[in-house]
Amino acid sequence: MRQKPKASGSFTNAGSVEQHSNLKYPTRLNFYDRPPIEDITLEEFETCALDRLRVLAEIESSFARNRPWDELKKVTSTQCENHGLKLHASTAYTEDLDGQRRRDHVGHFVLRLAFCRSEELRRRFVKAELTLFRVRYEEDGIVDKDVFHRSSKFDWEEASDEELAQYKSQLAAAAASSSHTHATSSTSHTAEETYYKVRWTRVPDLVEKRKVFLKHGMAFVPRREISSIVLQEFQTRLEKALEMTAKALPRLDEDTRIIPILDNLSQGFLAGVSSEWGNTTSSGDGSEVTADMVDDIARKHYPACMRNLHDCLRRDRHLKHFGRLQYGLFLKVLGLSIDEAILFWRKSFSNIQDDKFNKEYRYNIRHSFGLEGKRANYAAKSCQQILLADQPGTSDNHGCPYRHFAPENLQTALLSMYSSQGLTSADLPEIMHTVKNGHYHVACTRVFEITHSRQVSKGEGIGGGESVTHPNQYVTKSRELEVKAQVKDEDIVMG
Amino acid sequence: MSGNTPSVTPEVMLAFYRRLYPFKSIFSWLNHEHTPTRLFTHREFAFTLPGDVYLRYNSFNNADELKKQVCNLNPTRFEIGPVYSARPKDKKTVRPAAFSPQLRELVFDIDMTDYDPVRTCCSGADICRLCWKFIAAAVHVLDKSIRDQFGYQRLLWVYSGRRGIHLWISDKEAMELTDEQRKALVGWMTVIQGGKEMHKKVNVRQGTKPLPPSIQSSMRFLGEVFTNLTLGTQKCFQKREGWEELLRLLPSGATTSALRTQWDEGPQRTSAEKWNTDLGERYAALGPPEHDIMKAAIEDIILQYTYPRLDAEVSKHRNHLLKAPFCVHPKTGRVCVPVDPSSIDSFDPEKVPKVMDLLDELDMVPPTAAGETGEHHSDWERTSLKPYVDILDKHVLSLMEDVRQRKKQEPNMNW
Ligand SMILES: [Zn+2]
Repeated sequence: MRQKPKASGSFTNAGSVEQHSNLKYPTRLNFYDRPPIEDITLEEFETCALDRLRVLAEIESSFARNRPWDELKKVTSTQCENHGLKLHASTAYTEDLDGQRRRDHVGHFVLRLAFCRSEELRRRFVKAELTLFRVRYEEDGIVDKDVFHRSSKFDWEEASDEELAQYKSQLAAAAASSSHTHATSSTSHTAEETYYKVRWTRVPDLVEKRKVFLKHGMAFVPRREISSIVLQEFQTRLEKALEMTAKALPRLDEDTRIIPILDNLSQGFLAGVSSEWGNTTSSGDGSEVTADMVDDIARKHYPACMRNLHDCLRRDRHLKHFGRLQYGLFLKVLGLSIDEAILFWRKSFSNIQDDKFNKEYRYNIRHSFGLEGKRANYAAKSCQQILLADQPGTSDNHGCPYRHFAPENLQTALLSMYSSQGLTSADLPEIMHTVKNGHYHVACTRVFEITHSRQVSKGEGIGGGESVTHPNQYVTKSRELEVKAQVKDEDIVMG
Repeated sequence: MSGNTPSVTPEVMLAFYRRLYPFKSIFSWLNHEHTPTRLFTHREFAFTLPGDVYLRYNSFNNADELKKQVCNLNPTRFEIGPVYSARPKDKKTVRPAAFSPQLRELVFDIDMTDYDPVRTCCSGADICRLCWKFIAAAVHVLDKSIRDQFGYQRLLWVYSGRRGIHLWISDKEAMELTDEQRKALVGWMTVIQGGKEMHKKVNVRQGTKPLPPSIQSSMRFLGEVFTNLTLGTQKCFQKREGWEELLRLLPSGATTSALRTQWDEGPQRTSAEKWNTDLGERYAALGPPEHDIMKAAIEDIILQYTYPRLDAEVSKHRNHLLKAPFCVHPKTGRVCVPVDPSSIDSFDPEKVPKVMDLLDELDMVPPTAAGETGEHHSDWERTSLKPYVDILDKHVLSLMEDVRQRKKQEPNMNW
């Protein structure tokens, strides 16, 4: 997409920036008050947004998993690093600061377009963005923070000495009754504390917990609580901006290249995803998977959706169209060659005559490998696609069991699939609770953690705190862990 | 108290709506100006009809339309909701996304039933002059806190017709509060928390640290309330059940066990003797750490027995509906009249005019020159409803003055 530059290229937020005055983005943190005005390529449009989406999706699943703040912060920082969203401090002279900040800027604005379109999406987007901002704000050094505070007009007023004297006892009492840490020195620390005056409506969180002194609608916010003002301001401005964007969006419909991207992005968020797992063949150690290995891999490493399809295939010696499609593409990416795939399906459909198989199925298998028809290289379906597309009918076996099974059936199924790997009925309430709240990928991730509890502890997900977003990612991570465990066991034997 | 009051018939209600209900004043109060604005036209009204039929999402262009519909439907009561982004009556035809609550008075509801654990004179739906004093105390505390801490000035207190009181705040900022901000304000104001199973319902500080200043500022007043009501008229610690509750709230230790023994042996001691003498003298003799712990416990007990008990859910959401002022309570026949907070102490709910009496008053005085065939906009002037409508009208004048001031400052105001 090419947006016409509306103003001269200069993009500066700040009045008083001593260092790096040559930067287009003088501060690491951005309130995103102004849209990017330089040209953006369609590719940049999409990649910046996708990368940011992965980070936000992980933030969402962190909430769903009740991660403590410190852990969430760590996971989010790691995710930012992995997806090119790490922002260096302004003192990091060797870094391409403007480049990083521009990616951050562009990604944010593309996602605004994708997520302004319903109240539900707006609410979730604001929550995730606010969290990302808070993580970065807390990482910020004093110098960066100061520059940022001065550059964004927060419109706070320092309380005067007269006011401090007049309300001395109330300020001290407010500080003492609300703080856990400053237990003993309640009077001494208010003496030197700086207070900022803002309307109480700008710090509802502090008011709700009675952490401030209120007089005629003004909240006296001690310096150590100033982040409340900043975070609240970020949230308020973003909420307003999203509503404005929602109203303006219909005009965007003219650009047909953008709408499918936006649709894809917002759906990705709903399913907790977006994934690179669809295309690359990814067997644990790079070696080929043969047809006769599939039963063993299925038993040890499959996520519930594929395990269900595999078990149904074994039981019925058949799978219906969407089931074949979902499972077939999964097997391709798992590492089955075209020949092994045909062998696998031929053996599996043991009730079917050669004739019929060759006529009706061989073509489709070759087609899914890109060897027939328009020769497209079809990607394996991600959790997002499995969750949202092609809803299963009453006689279908495809879909996501966490979403498409009745609760009783899901519990029975999980126990029969995974009890040999350590899942017990005591684990079910937690899983079913997550399912009830619609966090299917979180439930799946939890099952991964439980069935790999020798190597993975709660909260680690499939590694590094990541959640399941693709069945192939699940199976690959599981097989990798098995290889690692074998290496370890061998070490012990050798030693 | 409503035992031999004849029930309010539909005919009585209809006459009341047609001849007495101050629609003009209600309109101006909701609208803040003479000419109808969105504050009125986009406002939800909900009607309760006999047989529990409930009609939501009504809206009107002006006071006359409202009156016409009220007289048509003759509801047992009606409620006022928020100002929506579109006219509530068009709700079905606009996109759901384009229909959301925007503005709403900040409202509070204090109901006597929440005071059952700390009153002995009545319970449930009943009130009397003695326990009404709790409501009066709540009005004092809340009125002062809202004005002093939050800086709001346009407060309208309305008797709820039976056993409680409503507060409507119409300052511009208060009207604009988001649900999140309303929730925060309610959190600030909420001191009594926890259900039946929770004995200690006041947890507003860490250990023995001082009370938050907003609560501390009411302590002197609440101490008097405690003496007059809790120890005085309500005699809360007279009976075993009452003093056991008190002992449960005190820190366990030598003092508390000594008190238990003393009261087991001398149960006839009055609440005041138990509190002031038995507890008070032991408290005064305590050394530093126990003294501080006991001081905090005593303050918390005073709060638990006297601090305003709010129905928090009413205040938290813009789209909550609240009964309109001047509606009639169907059982008592009393009109929900505005109350002047400065004279709340002398307000007697039993003296509030009843709808039947008001209609009788109308029949006794000769009709005005304008004749009784036409509209009845100001018939209330000839009844004892007048002083109450005057309270509302005075309040409305200040709201209109606010608008005038704002328009002077920002001529293109589009609120
Ligand atoms: Zn009573």
